[in-house]
Amino acid sequence: MLKKSLFRKPKNELEYQGEGKRQYPSVPDDMYISCPECKQTLLKAEVEENFFVCPKCKYHFKLQARRRIQLLVDADSFEELDAELQPHNLLEFPGYDEKLAAAQQKSGESEGVICGVADINGCRIALFVMDPAFIVGSMGTVMGEKITRLFEFATAHALPVIGYTVSGGARMQEGIFSLMQMAKTSGAVKQHSDAGLLYITVLTDPTTGGVTASFAMEGDIILAEPKALVAFAGPRVIEQTIRQKLPAGFQRAEFLLEKGFVDAIVERTEQKQYLTMILKLHQGGICRG
Amino acid sequence: MGEAVVTSTEPYDHVLEARRKGRPTSQQFIANLTEDFLEFHGDRRFGDDNAIIAGIARIHDLPVTVIGIEKGNGLQDSIKRNFGAVHPEGYRKALRLMKQAEKFHRPVLCIVDTSGAYCGLGAEERGQGQAIAENLMEMMTLKTPIISLLIGEGGSGGALALAVADQVWMMENAIYSVISPEGCASILWKDSKKMKEAARHLKLTALDLLGMGVIEQVIPEDDPQDFTEVYQQVQTMLYDQFQCSLQKPIEELLQQRYQRFRMIGIQ
Repeated sequence: MLKKSLFRKPKNELEYQGEGKRQYPSVPDDMYISCPECKQTLLKAEVEENFFVCPKCKYHFKLQARRRIQLLVDADSFEELDAELQPHNLLEFPGYDEKLAAAQQKSGESEGVICGVADINGCRIALFVMDPAFIVGSMGTVMGEKITRLFEFATAHALPVIGYTVSGGARMQEGIFSLMQMAKTSGAVKQHSDAGLLYITVLTDPTTGGVTASFAMEGDIILAEPKALVAFAGPRVIEQTIRQKLPAGFQRAEFLLEKGFVDAIVERTEQKQYLTMILKLHQGGICRG
Repeated sequence: MGEAVVTSTEPYDHVLEARRKGRPTSQQFIANLTEDFLEFHGDRRFGDDNAIIAGIARIHDLPVTVIGIEKGNGLQDSIKRNFGAVHPEGYRKALRLMKQAEKFHRPVLCIVDTSGAYCGLGAEERGQGQAIAENLMEMMTLKTPIISLLIGEGGSGGALALAVADQVWMMENAIYSVISPEGCASILWKDSKKMKEAARHLKLTALDLLGMGVIEQVIPEDDPQDFTEVYQQVQTMLYDQFQCSLQKPIEELLQQRYQRFRMIGIQ
């Protein structure tokens, strides 16, 4: 039986004296997370089990590339390609070396994209996944090179490509070389396409700038995660140009679907199954599953 | 503005000259480089974008397709041209006419002069990113020779969408960059006043880009106020280069185009 006095308000400040600082029960920092969309406090383990999707409002948390690969492909099937490629400060741009070092430390990756081959429910694919923790997946020379090599590999081995995009745009510290990656990757995508091979892109939040204006929008089938921002010019740039607030939902995945620029919006929890169905409809007997 | 620019080693001076009001635009280049120009309009999907002037013409006896981004001459014309900021329908018009050029085996001359693809509601709604992406892909395998000539500003993806070519040439005072020096300075250093510094680091001048293997030719501008002789020189260069490219088997030309972009930045 609880004491009634537990629930009464303290009558005066004196009652606190002597208690010192009030102690709250301590919770390990990483046990709970708060959903940025619905602001609910969620058990982290529960969110993780749910593919990093909020069980309450289906908000799709940002997902590091390695975690995404883990969640997507068959266990132990992923073989990374070109992991050894390291970005360089080609233009000797001031501050870029430090920026790269910080990005590498933060993401634990050497560049903003991970490429390789894997199985999805037994279907062999070439896969690239961009990493939001690496300068928001900005497009540098090595990123372009890795993606180009992946397409060339996939063309040579007659593999479909699945690409997960996330990008804040160009990596301006690499100047014109960053821009040239758009042409280079597009060329590799075209050769893969001309070989009759399938390319699926999955646009995740946010996909913008030069990535949107190149390989992200070049898929035979373009999927998007719910509410992902997908734009050429980001909302802030447009607001500055036209000097007015943008309507709610502008440039979100649902908006692109309505305007005809994505094939379907697929929740993260459904993606593996959805991709498998597409793959099986394209490859006939090639799938081992 | 004027002659001092020509000998300047300060990259930002090139930026200023590239943007100078009164500098010849695509209209003057088309009028002086080609004969019998017929302008064709529309993307057959949404509308006609006046920021791109495109059509067919002749260089001496050689029929060509010409596609130029047009900033406009004078205020009225510049407004009509949206100051050279292209919408998706402009890029789609360009692609339509490139496909037409492919069908009739006409070489394609692209003239680039834009601060960037337009950033606005309509442009986003109609798929600016998708339109540019499609041009990059299709130009890479377009079965006819392409030369892109950058005459003023080469602003990022909006310029690249007309610059996937066998050869890319730049006027001496033209610039080509992934971002404007002002934009770069404001993002990196939160200070758009540092644009001169940004311009130096971005390596956006024609000579820098030639040295980095991004372009094939720099067209000297002895007098940026008078291009009379420059036009004649460029006309001859274009004619010779197109004739040379037309001699090549198309597969070889496309392989070289792919390798051209494949090797940029690889040390």
